[in-house]
Amino acid sequence: MKKLKLVLIGNGMAGVRTLEELFKLAPDLYDVTVFGAEPHPNYNRILLSPVLAGEQTFEEIVLNDLAWYAKHNIELHLNRKVIQIDREHRRVIAEDGTVATYDRLIIATGSTPFVLPVPGKDLQGVIGYRDIADTQSMIDTAETHRHAVVIGGGLLGLEAANGLKLRGMHVTVVHIGNWLMERQLDKTAATLLQTALESRGLNFLLPKQTAELLDDGNGRVCAVRFADGDEVPADLVVMAAGIRPNYALAEAAGLECNRGLIVDDALRTSDPNIYSVGECAAHRGIAYGLVAPLFEQAKVCANHLALQGTAHYQGSVTSTKLKVTGIDLFSAGDFMGGEGCEEITLSDPIDGVYKKLVIKDDILVGACLYGDTADGNWYFRQIRERRNVSTIRDLLMFGEHALGNAAHQSQDKTTPISDEIGICGSNSVCKGAIVKAIAEHSLHLPSSAIP
Amino acid sequence: MNIHLHEPFRDAAATQITPSTCCYCGVGCGVLIEHDGVRILDVKGDPDHPANYGKLCSKGSTLHLTGDLDARALYPELRLGKGLARSRTDWDSALDHAAHVFAETLREHGPDSVAFYISGQLLTEDYYAFNKLARALVGTNNLDSNSRLCMSSAVVGYKRSLGADAPPCSYEDIEQAETLLIAGSNMAYAHPVLFRRLEEAKAQRPDMKIIVVDPRRTDTTALADLHLAIHPGTDVALFHGVLHILLREGWINHSYINTHTEGFTALKALARTYTPAMVAELCGITVDALNTCARWIGMSPAFLSLWCMGLNQSSAGTAKNTALINLHLATGQIGKVGAGPFSLTGQPNAMGGRETGSLSNLLPGHREVANPAHRSEVAAYWGVDALPEAPGLSAIDLFDAVHRGKIKALWIACTNPAQSLPDQTKVHEALAKCPFVVVQEAFFTTETCRYADLLLPAASWGEKEGTVTNSERRISHVRPAIPAPGEARPDWAITTDFARRLEALLHPEVSNRFRFETPQALFEEYKHLTAGRDLDLSGISYNLIDTQGPQQWPFPIGATQGTPRLYTHGRFPTESGRARFIAEEYAAAKEQQEAHYPLTLNTGRLRDHWHGMSRTGTAARLFSHVEEPLLSVHPDDLQDRRLLNGQLVKVKSRRGSLIVRVEADENVRPGQAFLPMHWGNRFLKGLGVNVLTLPTYDPLSKQPELKHAGIDIEHAELPWELYALVEGDVQKRFEALRPFFEPFSHASFMLTGRERPALVIRAAHAEAPDRALLDQIMTALNLTEGPVMAYDDAHRQIGKRVRLENGRITALCLTGETIARRWLKELWEEGRADQPLRRWLLAPLSTPPGRNMAASGKTLCNCMNVSEDAIRGGIAEGLDLNGLKQSLGCGTQCGSCVPEIKRMLQSAALSQSA
Repeated sequence: MKKLKLVLIGNGMAGVRTLEELFKLAPDLYDVTVFGAEPHPNYNRILLSPVLAGEQTFEEIVLNDLAWYAKHNIELHLNRKVIQIDREHRRVIAEDGTVATYDRLIIATGSTPFVLPVPGKDLQGVIGYRDIADTQSMIDTAETHRHAVVIGGGLLGLEAANGLKLRGMHVTVVHIGNWLMERQLDKTAATLLQTALESRGLNFLLPKQTAELLDDGNGRVCAVRFADGDEVPADLVVMAAGIRPNYALAEAAGLECNRGLIVDDALRTSDPNIYSVGECAAHRGIAYGLVAPLFEQAKVCANHLALQGTAHYQGSVTSTKLKVTGIDLFSAGDFMGGEGCEEITLSDPIDGVYKKLVIKDDILVGACLYGDTADGNWYFRQIRERRNVSTIRDLLMFGEHALGNAAHQSQDKTTPISDEIGICGSNSVCKGAIVKAIAEHSLHLPSSAIP
Repeated sequence: MNIHLHEPFRDAAATQITPSTCCYCGVGCGVLIEHDGVRILDVKGDPDHPANYGKLCSKGSTLHLTGDLDARALYPELRLGKGLARSRTDWDSALDHAAHVFAETLREHGPDSVAFYISGQLLTEDYYAFNKLARALVGTNNLDSNSRLCMSSAVVGYKRSLGADAPPCSYEDIEQAETLLIAGSNMAYAHPVLFRRLEEAKAQRPDMKIIVVDPRRTDTTALADLHLAIHPGTDVALFHGVLHILLREGWINHSYINTHTEGFTALKALARTYTPAMVAELCGITVDALNTCARWIGMSPAFLSLWCMGLNQSSAGTAKNTALINLHLATGQIGKVGAGPFSLTGQPNAMGGRETGSLSNLLPGHREVANPAHRSEVAAYWGVDALPEAPGLSAIDLFDAVHRGKIKALWIACTNPAQSLPDQTKVHEALAKCPFVVVQEAFFTTETCRYADLLLPAASWGEKEGTVTNSERRISHVRPAIPAPGEARPDWAITTDFARRLEALLHPEVSNRFRFETPQALFEEYKHLTAGRDLDLSGISYNLIDTQGPQQWPFPIGATQGTPRLYTHGRFPTESGRARFIAEEYAAAKEQQEAHYPLTLNTGRLRDHWHGMSRTGTAARLFSHVEEPLLSVHPDDLQDRRLLNGQLVKVKSRRGSLIVRVEADENVRPGQAFLPMHWGNRFLKGLGVNVLTLPTYDPLSKQPELKHAGIDIEHAELPWELYALVEGDVQKRFEALRPFFEPFSHASFMLTGRERPALVIRAAHAEAPDRALLDQIMTALNLTEGPVMAYDDAHRQIGKRVRLENGRITALCLTGETIARRWLKELWEEGRADQPLRRWLLAPLSTPPGRNMAASGKTLCNCMNVSEDAIRGGIAEGLDLNGLKQSLGCGTQCGSCVPEIKRMLQSAALSQSA
């Protein structure tokens, strides 16, 4: 039987992960062709920050080397950007004229950094932070120049700033929000983070709106000017003010798009032969910019490509970790709380620890951890699995191990005052509940780290 | 004699030693105060003092740790309206104001519109000044002392049976007795140094028989050969029952009875009706035990009895005293070595009070107000026309009169009626509405001080001079070591200064009756009032005590030594010269068990606290033996009510209620309960233990029945709990924090620690209090800023804080749930908070991960800081008492913990053999 043809546009983490999942389910169903705009095999984009920080090398972050592609008989077109999808003839056409026909197509074109529409944005020394080329550019600039300004105090911006600082630059982070990483941290955690980064020598300007990038007279940036008139010197400006899904190609092919390429719960676009995963896809109005949802999408997408058709992607609860060595930070879910939500907080200024858990209707819906993220994955599981936590609520803050400790204590007959035989006092937790909770919650640890 | 001896081995330039006496119980131990002239540095027992020969108990040996200046009244304070706060004033303004108010009140309402309520802790000179002030200047007999709550039944008992208020024995009789009956006394706690002497005597002469009569099992009963755990209040029946057997067996001394007593016939007839079977049933003991008791008494060559509040604080207090004295008279066991009825005095100078006439019915020199000859003798001595004839008000009636508005001006000195009197609800009401309340007090922290319109700061232990008389009639010279702090003055000086000002207003024509420059001058005037009386001490002077040591009265002029034993010739200070048998029927205590109040509440002392804790409550170490107020109830009674050990219960009596934690205690018999007498409203919110007790008093002694109240208990549902600990400035923090806890249903305030004292607060309420109030509390606990770990779950009403400084806990507060309080406190004590434990500090865990916690935080040996757990561990390793002493050091200093260690050894042996 003749194999079906599967084409993947985008040789990144989401797309290749989909292939990996597919090969697990149906290794021989498709002949696969992959187009990648970058000249590299699939690498772990999440680990660019450690590369920038000098903690890892490019070689170390490669996920699938060329041998892998060969092993799976993948026709790999590196450094070849697809410029057209011809749905009528079910084929794609690359910049260089390469054509590939498909029975099924995966669009995994990812995203690009959002470049602020300010004067000077095209000057030399102004870059985004997306790929190996950007990273290399930063590493090179750090050797020759002094002042770096990172626009955007989000996850990516802070990692870039940290890396540039470690590369010896004088770094200023400019952020428009009232606190850093406002989409991942509450103000308390962000303040702790800022203090910790300041102590490492990073400078922060916030809230600050960038108005203009100034030319040194030779076409290279030399300073950043703000809406309030202030200026800071800048030999390098890294735009890390957000990402934009890359869906122009799909839109041009007539696929339904709205702030992303619209997909259904099977990761299918408006064309039933075309799937989309990753940062370019908009599922239920959300284009995810984090890796964990992408992997979940890959799994569902592969299920359908393998003609099983049983999986449904219902959106992801996201979590965040900052990859700055020595700074532990984690957030997941609806950590800001709000109407109908209850907050549990713990702060330890001595060890620089802050934790917030958000509970709604007896379910953990969000977590924000700073300084001690050991239980991040466990919380993340609770959030995703939407388990009722009322019986372990008082112990929840103290993590998975607390359940074990408390259960152990409940069997300790030496406890002198009998009102403590109930582990958490008269109005909360009894031993049975905790043992049950352990059975339900600690079957296994989450397998992969969530960036 | 130079009383400031230099001690050679310390810093000789700075350190001095002043011999004085201990200010706690009536044993009257001699102490050596080590000081530098400004601060008291240490206290040791005086090896030359005949009361203690160098021994001190856990309270006496920690005197130098008490008296935190932050708790002291330092300046006169006055308020001009009940709703106002007091503000500082000077002595002249304070005493002039008081004199004017008293003068005005006397003019408008007469002499009986004012009253003086004073204390068994005053020195004899202070008493004398008050007596002269009240009776000679003001013209009222409204002068009573807290000895009314303490010794007045013994006073009446002695006077009725023997003719004078004079304990006839000496401490050495305790060592020489063959049979010793201890009734209604936990002397191991209340008179520890005497108990040490008894323990040693018993160890040397194991044949010595010790009988202890006490409804509870105590450290004292542990030494007993026979413990009679009678039903509370049945002592009179017991003593009559013993007499019945003595009569039946012929174990009475007919010749003594015939020669030296009267009234035996009537008593004999009464005793015949107290058959052993009936008495055993009534008292809840076996006939065998009763027989044993009678045999040991009847066959003994030397029978001594010791008693205290168990007999005195009773509506039949006088009858209990006389019934016990009957046994001594019937057996002739009085006036000889190792024998006699020996009342133990609760306060350091209750005896001095009795001698100076400091009860409303007495006059100086063991005289009676009701006796016209006595009144005119004293009036003549004082140079006044007459002394008031109208009987004065005794404590209970006095505060009743205050409540009824009859007393317009009340002067309280050195006592804390808002803690110590029964029926506290009424006492607080009375104090709140009394138009003018003067409180002369060393510690501004007492419950009573809150009601003072005028607070007069008094000098305290180590700061004042005078004399005291102990339980064996021995007068010691109390000497000052350091000046009083701030503007505090000795009590006698305050009283006579006020008297001079009042005299100037009332009788400007005479102005010489209160010109005392020294306490010695007061003593010299007073002592001649005793001449020719049973207590004649006119031969004693300060100089004589300083050169010949403390002396026992009688010591008339011309005598060369005191009198260790009274009635040696069988002559008694009655009209006939004979002692009197008193035949009174047993009468049950007022509140018997019934459906609504099925439990009988007994009250008494803890080992390491004294009275209302104004002094002991300033020494954190003294809280380590018992960490918090606990109501002791038999486990069966808890089970019947489905109550758990450690739960909060509401204790209800007919007068009021109190919320306190309950403790299962097999030392208390079923149907009974025990609560320490010390906890007042300051330490335990809710007006203290005496909100429960009743003002019913003995008709003759007017001493209230503080040890026998009908109560019931029920679970107090107060799920929201608070536990706080903060170290440093404990008294300041205590004062700052205490008011915040008024809205809580339950709150207790304790001290803890040794080198670093801390305040510990436990509170409970039905729900979380106001957020703003909690914030105020956290601020006062220093838990809002800086290195403070915090956990909050507002929805669950849980908030926890731990302050860490230099790697150790310095403050913490758990609210909503307090499960981790024990091990957090232990971490605080250990002064560490290891990094691995830190993440668990705020977790609801009753023990830290990976560590087994000690079963209790109780410190048994306070001198050497040895915990109950350490001793239990030593016993498990097979150590005996000596082994424990050697390996742990416990019990090697004051010895107060030895009875408890012995009991632990015994119960360990029992459980092994079982």
